[in-house]
Amino acid sequence: MTGVQTPGRARIAARTLRTDRWWQAPVITVSLLSIWVIYALIRTASQRAYFVQQYHYLSPFSSPCVTASCPKDARDFGTWFGHFPPFLPLALIVLPFLLGFRLTCYYYRRAYYRSFWQSPPACAVAEPHAKYSGETRFPLIFQNAHRYFFYVAVLISLVNTYDAIRAFTGKDGDPGLGLGTIIMVANVVLLWAYTVSCHSCRHITGGRLRHFSAHPLRYRAWTFVSKLNAKHMQLAWTTLATLMLTDGYIALVASGAFSDPRIVN
Amino acid sequence: MTETEKHNYDVIVIGAGGAGLRAAIAAREAGMRVAVICKSLFGKAHTVMAEGGIAASMGNVNSNDNWQVHFRDTMRGGKFLNNWRMAELHAKEAPQRVWELETYGALFDRTVDGKISQRNFGGHEYPRLAHVGDRTGLELIRTLQQKIVSLQQDDGQGGPASDGKLKVFAECTITELLKDDGGRISGAFGYWRESGRFVLFRAPAVILATGGIGKSFKVTSNSWEYTGDGHALALRAGSTLLNMEFVQFHPTGMVWPPSVKGILVTESVRGDGGVLRNSDGKRFMFNYVPSVFRGQYAETEEEGDRWYTDPDHNKRPPELLPRDEVARAINSEVKAGRGSPHGGVFLDIASRRSAEEILRRLPSMHHQFKELADVDITSEPMEVGPTCHYVMGGVEVDPDTAAAARVPGLFAAGEVAGGMHGSNRLGGNSLSDLLVFGRRAGVGAAEYVSALGGEYPAVTDAQIDEAAKSALAPFDAAGVDASENPYTLHQELQQSMNDLVGIIRKADEMEQALKTLDDLKARAQHVAVEGHRQFNPGWHLALDLRNMLAVSECVARAALIREESRGGHTRDDFPEMSSQWRQVNLICSLQPSGSVDVVQQPMVSMREDLIGLFETDELSKYLTNEELAQLPSKEA
Amino acid sequence: MSYTAHFRVWRGDAEGGDLGDFQVEVNEGEVVLDIIHRLQATQAGDLAVRWNCKAGKCGSCSAEINGRPRLMCMTRMSTFAEDETVTVTPMRAFPVIKDLVTDVSFNYEKARQVPAFAPPKNLQPGEYRMAQVDVERSQEFRKCIECYLCQDTCHVVRDHEENKKAFAGPRFLMRIAELDMHPLDAKDRQHAAQEEFGLGFCNITKCCTEVCPEHIKITDNALIPMKERVVDRKYDPLVWLGSKIGRRPER
Repeated sequence: MTGVQTPGRARIAARTLRTDRWWQAPVITVSLLSIWVIYALIRTASQRAYFVQQYHYLSPFSSPCVTASCPKDARDFGTWFGHFPPFLPLALIVLPFLLGFRLTCYYYRRAYYRSFWQSPPACAVAEPHAKYSGETRFPLIFQNAHRYFFYVAVLISLVNTYDAIRAFTGKDGDPGLGLGTIIMVANVVLLWAYTVSCHSCRHITGGRLRHFSAHPLRYRAWTFVSKLNAKHMQLAWTTLATLMLTDGYIALVASGAFSDPRIVN
Repeated sequence: MTETEKHNYDVIVIGAGGAGLRAAIAAREAGMRVAVICKSLFGKAHTVMAEGGIAASMGNVNSNDNWQVHFRDTMRGGKFLNNWRMAELHAKEAPQRVWELETYGALFDRTVDGKISQRNFGGHEYPRLAHVGDRTGLELIRTLQQKIVSLQQDDGQGGPASDGKLKVFAECTITELLKDDGGRISGAFGYWRESGRFVLFRAPAVILATGGIGKSFKVTSNSWEYTGDGHALALRAGSTLLNMEFVQFHPTGMVWPPSVKGILVTESVRGDGGVLRNSDGKRFMFNYVPSVFRGQYAETEEEGDRWYTDPDHNKRPPELLPRDEVARAINSEVKAGRGSPHGGVFLDIASRRSAEEILRRLPSMHHQFKELADVDITSEPMEVGPTCHYVMGGVEVDPDTAAAARVPGLFAAGEVAGGMHGSNRLGGNSLSDLLVFGRRAGVGAAEYVSALGGEYPAVTDAQIDEAAKSALAPFDAAGVDASENPYTLHQELQQSMNDLVGIIRKADEMEQALKTLDDLKARAQHVAVEGHRQFNPGWHLALDLRNMLAVSECVARAALIREESRGGHTRDDFPEMSSQWRQVNLICSLQPSGSVDVVQQPMVSMREDLIGLFETDELSKYLTNEELAQLPSKEA
Repeated sequence: MSYTAHFRVWRGDAEGGDLGDFQVEVNEGEVVLDIIHRLQATQAGDLAVRWNCKAGKCGSCSAEINGRPRLMCMTRMSTFAEDETVTVTPMRAFPVIKDLVTDVSFNYEKARQVPAFAPPKNLQPGEYRMAQVDVERSQEFRKCIECYLCQDTCHVVRDHEENKKAFAGPRFLMRIAELDMHPLDAKDRQHAAQEEFGLGFCNITKCCTEVCPEHIKITDNALIPMKERVVDRKYDPLVWLGSKIGRRPER
C-alpha cells in the first residue's frame, strides 16, 4: 500500500476522481509519436528517394550525406566514409544526434514520461509503478547531457540551413525556386526556432547569470529566447510535422510520384 | 484535574502575523525562549492580505521625505487623536524596520538606482510605500516566516533547525490568559484546533498580536480569524481598550458577486491613477474635499492628472484623500441614487492606464477580478463599495514598551493595540506599525522577563480546570431544547453591527444595537455544538463568538458616547468634528458582572517640538481655543 | 438564479471515511468554498475545512475538486453544469486529519531544512542595491502562497510515500532556485539542490505548474533552470575544466 493508498491518507479507493477525459492527452501523444517514429524507421531503413538531384533537395533525415553510398551531387561536405553495407542506414550519422536532442529535450521528456511511461499519466492520476527514482540514476541521469545534444543540434541546423540554400537550385544548376524550396526553408526556420527555444539554450544565453544588469546584451538575448521558450512545446510538435512533411515531399518528388511545381526556373 | 499538555516559555506571542512574528524575532534575539501561537497554519495570517505597501520615509523616490513629514501625515490622517508618541516612534523607526527586512531576504520592487521603490498612497505627502507589486503583505509575512526558520537554524548550530527556543504552535487557539495572585501574567490556556485537546503555556509575559475585529461585521475584508480574540483576552485579563468606536471602512471593497462582497480592492489602484466615478460618469470626489483638507488637494481634474507625473508642482487628486473621507463620499453617492448596478460606484483604471501597465503594477488585482468576478480590469471599470477593514481602537499600551495597561506581563502590538492611528489609519501605516511596535513589544517583554530574575508567576490547577470548563460549555449545552446554533448567532451579530454600528451611526440605532447585543449575549450562553472536539469548526466559532460579542459591545458603547464625527466614527446626529472631544480618549473595561464599562480619559498634550511641526492655521482646525492660546508663539 | 446542486464531500479521518452525499443550494457568483460553508451552517456543523482569506491570497483552502487539486475559494460554481455532481476530497498526498483538513507538516519540515537567505557580510541594512531586472526572477517565486497544491499533485511524493525523505517537492526546490537567483545571497545552493533536496527526482512532467493558482511557471522558470545550473556544476566537463584552470563561473 503506497501512493494515494498509503495508510493515514484519506481512504479513497479510486485511483483518481477526475471526471474529465484525462487519458486523452497521453493517448494522442503515444499515437503521434509512434506514427512519427514508425515513419522515420521505414524511411531511413528503405534508403530510397531522399535526394532530388535536379533541384538539390536533400532530406533532413539524410543530411549531411557523407558516405560513398550517397549520390555524388549530395555529398557537398565530402566523403567521410566508404560504402555502407545495405543494412546500415545512411541516416545513422545524423539520426542519433537528432533523436538524442529530442529525447533529452525537457518538453519531450514530459511528453513521453507522461504517455509511454505513465509517470504520471495525468496530474493527480496515480501512476502504475511501485518504485520511482526519477532522473537520479542510470540511465535517466544522462538526461543531463541535453546541452551537448543542443550544441550538436546547432551544427545540424547549420547543415540544414545550407541544404535549404542549396535548394534554390533550378534546371541546369541555375538559381531556381519551387514548392520544395519553400517547404525546406519553412522547415529550417522552424527547426531553428525549436533549437533556439531549448531550455539549455535559454540557460546558456543568460539563465545562468546572477546579475542580468551586468550583462545587458545577454539579458536581451535571454529575454528573446525566453519568449520563444514559452512556445517550445508547440515548436516541438510543429517541427516533427515539418520534418516529416519535408522528407515526405522530397520522397514524392524523388520517386517521380509528384512533380515539383516550379515558381522560378 | 484536567488532562493538559504543558509548555514553559519566557515569552509567548499570540498571533503569527507581521506584529507577532516581528515580536518573536525581537524576543528571541534578546535571548528569550519564545512560543508563537496562531489559529491558522504558519504563514497564513491576515497580513498576507495587505496589498499596497509599507510606509517608511526612506526618501528613495522623493528626497524631501523625512520622519517629520511622515509624522505630520499620520497625525492628520488620524485627525489628531493619535497617541503622538506612538506616531513619533513609528515615523522615526519605520525605515530601519524596512531595511532590516532586506537582510532577512525580502525583495522589494526597485528604483532605477537600485534602492527600494516607493509608491504614492492616500494621505501620504510623498511616495512612501515600499512595495512588491500589490502583494506586499505576502512578502512581509513570508520574509518574517523565513527569518524565524533562519533563527531556528542558528539555534541548531549547524545541525538540523532546532525549535527548542523558538517554536510555532500552529492551529492552536488561546481561550484565556492566566494571572497569579499579584495580578501578573502567568500563562495562557488554549486548545489544539486539530485534536481539541487542551494545552497550557506557562510564561511570565504574553504579547498579543491577534489583529482586528472585522468578523463582527457582515461586509468585511477580514478573514475568519479576525474575531477580536486579543481585545477580548485583554479585557478579561483586566486590561483596557482605547477608542474602540473607530473602525475603518475601506472605501473600495468588491461588491459583486455576493460571495466575495467585501474583499479588498487595493488603494494602489487609485495611487496608480485609478479614479472613482458615479453612474453619471462623473469624478465625484472633487465635491467631497472637507474643509480641513482644502487647499491640499487638486480642485480640477486636469491638475489632479498632472500630479501623477509632476507631484512637486501640482496637488494630488481627491481620490487619494484619507480612507474615511472616500468611504463616506461613496456612501453618499450610493444613497443619492448615483451608484453602480450592484450598489457601489465605479473604480476606473482601464481608461487611464495601458493594459500592460495595469498588469505590471496591479497583477493580483487583475487576477482577483478575473477569477472571482469575471471582470477584466484592463478593459472595464470595477464596482466597489466600502468594507469593514481595520479597527483603530485597541488595547491601551505604553508607547515605548507596548506594555498593556493595568496587567503586568501583558503586551500588545499591531492592530490589536490602540492609539497609533488615532481616529483613522493611513494606508501603508499598518505594515510599518506591525514592524515598529512588534519589535518594541518583543524587546519590552524581554526586558520585563529579565527583570523578574527567574522568579516566574505560578499557575494553579484550579485555574486550569476553570478554563477547561468554560471552553467545554458549548458541548454541555448540546441536546438541551433551548440550544442555539453558533452560525446563526454569528450571522445575526454581523448583520446588526453592519446595519446599526456601521459607517454612518445614529444614537437610536446604536441603542438598538446594544439591546440586540444583550440579547445575543444571553442566547450565547446556550450555544450548543454537535460532534466531538477534533477539528470542529462549530465549537471553534462558539468560543470565538464570546470574543466578538464582548468587543462589539465596546464598539457600540464607545460609539454611542462619542458625540462627534471624526475619522472612522461618523455620527449622523453629530456631523461636526469637535475640538473638545479631541481631548478625550474613551477607555473600555470589563466589569466583574461581565458588562462593558466605558469612561472618558483626558488625552496627554503633545510635546512642544512635535506641535512645532505644524502651522498654527492647521492646528486651529483641531485644537480648542484654550489649547491654541497656550501654544508657544512662533517667531519667524 | 439559484439551484440545488449535488455535492459529494469526503468525511472521515485517518482511520477511515467515505464520500457523503449532500443536496445544497447554490447562488450566482459562488465558489466551492461558499457551498462548503453553507453545508457547515445548515447540514454539517462539524464539517472540518481550512480557510482564511477567501480571495486566493493565503493558500489555506487547498483540496481536490472532481479529482483535481484546487483552491476551493477560487473554483467558481459556474464552471460546473447544474446537474453535475461536484466531488470534494482532501488533498491525497498528505495524511488526513479530519474531513477536508490534511496534515501538511511535511511541507513545514522541508521549509526548515532549506538554508535561509545568507546576507552579504559587507552590507549594512539600507545599503542593499539591486536592479529590478535582477530581482524579478526571484520575485516571481515569492508570489507563492504556499497552498501546497504543487506538493500535493507531484507524483514523486503523491504516488511514492517513501520518496518524501529524499525529495523536497516543487515548492521548496523553487525556494532554492529563488535564493540561487537572489542578487545578494551569499551561499552556494546548487550542490544541495541535487544532493539533499532531490532535484533529480523531478521528471519535469509539469503538474506543479498546471495546478499553481498563482500561475507561477515553476517548471520552466525554477526547476529546469535549477537543473541546468546543477549540470553546470556537476555534469559539464567544460565548466569543470574551466573551474580547474582558474576561470570560475560567476557565482
